Amino acid sequence: MKIMVPVKRVVDYNVNVRVKSDETGVELANVKMSMNPFDETAVEEAIQQVEAGTADEVVLVSIGPSKAQETLRHGIAMGADRGILIETDDIIEPLSVAKLLQKIVYEEKPDLVITGKQAIDDDCNQTGQMLASLLNWPQATFAFKLKIEGEEAIVTREVDGGLQTVALTLPAVVTTELRLNEPRYVSLPSLMKAKKKPLDRRDIAEFEVDIHPRLEVLKTTPPARRAYGIKVKTVAELVDKLRNEARVL
Amino acid sequence: MSILIIGEHDNEFLTDSTLRTITAALSLKLPIDILLTGSGAEAVAQSNARYQGVSRVLLALNPSLNQGLTEPLADVAISLAKNYRYVMAPSSTTGKNLLPRVAAQLNVMQLSDVIEIVSHDTLRRPIYAGNAIQTVRSRDEQLVMTIRTSGFEPAERTDQDVEVESISWSERSYRSRFVSEEIVDSDRPELSSARIVVSGGRALGSKEKFDQFILPLADKLNAAIGASRVAVDSGYGPNDWQVGQTGKVVAPDLYIACGISGAIQHIAGMKDSEIIVAINKDEDAPIFQIADYGIVGDLFEVIPLLITELDKG
Repeated sequence: MKIMVPVKRVVDYNVNVRVKSDETGVELANVKMSMNPFDETAVEEAIQQVEAGTADEVVLVSIGPSKAQETLRHGIAMGADRGILIETDDIIEPLSVAKLLQKIVYEEKPDLVITGKQAIDDDCNQTGQMLASLLNWPQATFAFKLKIEGEEAIVTREVDGGLQTVALTLPAVVTTELRLNEPRYVSLPSLMKAKKKPLDRRDIAEFEVDIHPRLEVLKTTPPARRAYGIKVKTVAELVDKLRNEARVL
Repeated sequence: MSILIIGEHDNEFLTDSTLRTITAALSLKLPIDILLTGSGAEAVAQSNARYQGVSRVLLALNPSLNQGLTEPLADVAISLAKNYRYVMAPSSTTGKNLLPRVAAQLNVMQLSDVIEIVSHDTLRRPIYAGNAIQTVRSRDEQLVMTIRTSGFEPAERTDQDVEVESISWSERSYRSRFVSEEIVDSDRPELSSARIVVSGGRALGSKEKFDQFILPLADKLNAAIGASRVAVDSGYGPNDWQVGQTGKVVAPDLYIACGISGAIQHIAGMKDSEIIVAINKDEDAPIFQIADYGIVGDLFEVIPLLITELDKG
């Protein structure tokens, strides 16, 4: 069984993102970039399936600048077999990402696609569902547990109010929650070894997908700031403030 | 030229997040149709669907829709969506799961987590966990969007009649099946719409302590319970209690953070609360930077005192 894992290069989750003063976007110059944490969980899950004997190949796909090769190398160092980079310097919206991934699915014919539920830059939470839709495949988003049993993926999903378990007939798309697993640490030697594994660089133009953005970003602004609060000395003072000043009790 | 809302209900009432989505839609000043599915939908449509702006309830009652599976629900929504200028759903797990599947079939780029509708084609939505807000104009002919409901009030009931229409659609065989569900049935207010939220973090130290300290305070205030990611990952509470970038986004009137240091991740999920109270032993904890009222102290001492003080009423 082959698993395909789409991964995105994003601003590292520890970076405190700042909005540019001219409101054209967020500051990305000299900012640390990493694999989207949800995608890292997806890579780990795919590798665990190989280790459990339920899968035998893990192919990573990324769409982004030349530097996204680092993101793919990171995933290969974790244990994936190879990577495909669809190169572009443009910002590609989830709908176009899904269309590009659909073409890779036709080429690679994976039995399962696992990807992060959302990217932590645009927070869209769309790509997995859109890919499943275009392929007319079943989907299970927000995976908390994943088990392959014969022709089915049994997925426990995190939903409002609790958990839902569904069984999808493969091929299918699964998107991950962070609680699905703990991604492994990548050592320097494994990173060095990953450099020898295949990484196929492809020009985005060859896919003939319309990548023209549908959304025009008019401006990017910082969120409203909260006014500075106060520290109270006693619980009695706190309750008094909540009752008589804030009037929320 | 109207609006379709993919509604959610509990077999009796529309969910609070659906009511807030109606409010978001009202600003577009177009007729609103609500799609309801599942066995209890008919009762909701007959008795509890009269809200300002809502002109029609569309009922899809096929048994295949009863278990909340994605594929049949997506088929119904897609069959209807073609006829609407706007398709909306709350940013619930159901809405987030379903709507991109609909958008892709319409060849539309979805707008996720809309916090403000500026005009017929321009909206505002958070990116980078709320550290930036984008104002975006869509060039698509149809707009598909999930609504972050914490920023909108629930819609008002009216006496106006609502047209109820059963719809049929072509079912096919689906490649997913329902296995099981563990839904916690609770008398507590729903986390994403509660007026008061009491949240616990790492400092609680165990599930026992979480139950012993956070629950009674929440009971006292008739509050929903939240938790930081660390608390949930450590098993102090179920997954869907998590407030934050990767969990639920809440904006109650009062948010009480107990033993939560205030990681960016958590703050992203609660910083729009009206009043924030922080209880923490570490006076330098980042949570105090956004708290309206902070109290530096051991939560195991402060919470019981707080309950006693609230009892004095």
